[in-house]
Amino acid sequence: MHDKQVRRRRAVLALLVAVSLILLSAYFGESEGGPLHGVQRGIVAVLSPIQQGASTVLSPVRDVAGFFSSTFHAKNEVAQLSKANQELRFQVAELKGSEIQNEQLSHLVKLDNDIGINSYRPVSAHVIGSDPSLWYDQIEVDAGRDQGVRTNQPVIGDDGLVGLVTDVTSGDSIVTLITDHTIEVTAEVEDGVGDVGVLQPSIGNPNELVLSDLPHDANIVAAQQVVTAGFHSGNLDSLYPPNIPIGVVSSVNPVTLASSGQVQVSPVVDLRHLDVVQILTKPQAGSTRASTVP
Amino acid sequence: MSVSPSFVIRVLALGFLAVVIQVAAVSQISIFGVNADLSPLVVMSVGLLAGSITGALMGFGMGLLVDLVLVQTLGVTSLLYIAIGYWSGRLRELRDPAHGLVPLGVGAAATGVAGIGMALIQFLLGVDAPVSLLLVQQILLTVLVNSLIALPVYAVVRRAIGPSLPDDPRRRRRRRYTTGGLSPLQRPSSGLGPVTRAASK
Repeated sequence: MHDKQVRRRRAVLALLVAVSLILLSAYFGESEGGPLHGVQRGIVAVLSPIQQGASTVLSPVRDVAGFFSSTFHAKNEVAQLSKANQELRFQVAELKGSEIQNEQLSHLVKLDNDIGINSYRPVSAHVIGSDPSLWYDQIEVDAGRDQGVRTNQPVIGDDGLVGLVTDVTSGDSIVTLITDHTIEVTAEVEDGVGDVGVLQPSIGNPNELVLSDLPHDANIVAAQQVVTAGFHSGNLDSLYPPNIPIGVVSSVNPVTLASSGQVQVSPVVDLRHLDVVQILTKPQAGSTRASTVP
Repeated sequence: MSVSPSFVIRVLALGFLAVVIQVAAVSQISIFGVNADLSPLVVMSVGLLAGSITGALMGFGMGLLVDLVLVQTLGVTSLLYIAIGYWSGRLRELRDPAHGLVPLGVGAAATGVAGIGMALIQFLLGVDAPVSLLLVQQILLTVLVNSLIALPVYAVVRRAIGPSLPDDPRRRRRRRYTTGGLSPLQRPSSGLGPVTRAASK
């Protein structure tokens, strides 16, 4: 009797492990259009209304918890923001002058650089789900194919770039955040010459990104803004429009910059507390200048 | 050990609700910079209450649901949660720990296994991005946060599936051995008969 129980227990365990390994191998090996991906998308489509309802019902709980969590960090943030505010005031004064000069020059060369983020046909969406894992940084939003959303469309938050649409069903989408290990963004540092590098997440540290492949002699200092580069090369267009803010250079180690062309970047968007995002459904709107500032 | 349909329905509903609440609310609440993760705690609780086979089955099902809902690589979370459910169940079957803080310790261990296991599998599958040492800190913080909520989660799971838990013959045998099959309060009156004052002296 006991032997039978032991055998049954081991058989169940072996069967479950085998099924998991088969699923893992099959999913990892198949393309995005494979049957397992299709089943997954179907399940997401079926469950999204439930998730949407649960998100609405549980939003007061989330808000209360978020309030206490935010208050905890508020004191530190006040000091940091006061310092940043002071620096930004100087930058605004400087940029005002440049803006006037830019407008005058644009009129001269007949270029219209006054088109903002609206030219990318943004679609607003609420966050209805979030991933708790340290390895996958994804959110689920309540806008999908029916609203014109497609895969590989960029997503922005209040202050800047959030991520990329990686999966779409009829009514909702999965957005992979810029802190996910599968995402890389070509980014430009606003250091006067526009040094370009590849922005990658630093796994395990959601508040930091690594901008690598920079020129070794780049003149980059802390607090410089990092924006999307939005390159265009032949038929190849960047997935992200140019000049969407991503973050600010948080620290520069001259030795690391010279040897491996890397600097640390802090994202400007609080990716852990997203409520509403905008999906840019027409990211290739021409050589326009994006701006998240109204 | 026979399993009633009521037990199956309760366990399925519990797993489904836990994943929905996790994704829709808990994942969006940041404590010490990390999110609590209900799923390994629920799997651990079911294992501790219902044994290794049920724990492993719950781990597989809940892991699969997590992977499906969050559009992750299928099978990864299942693999980890099978281990959590199975070993929690084995702990109950081999040791039958009665201390009230057991779920806290097992919950911390389950979260640690989930965090470290996920890191190992991701490394095996290949990671292109740089990995920060802060990942270790994040895993430890998640273990800490989950330890704080392990007891309430265990209590909720016990309340949810407790009434329909299958009777464990091993536990019944032990009760018979220690108490004669009855509550210790009943034992003197029924087992020994009435005790007179003179006899007790």
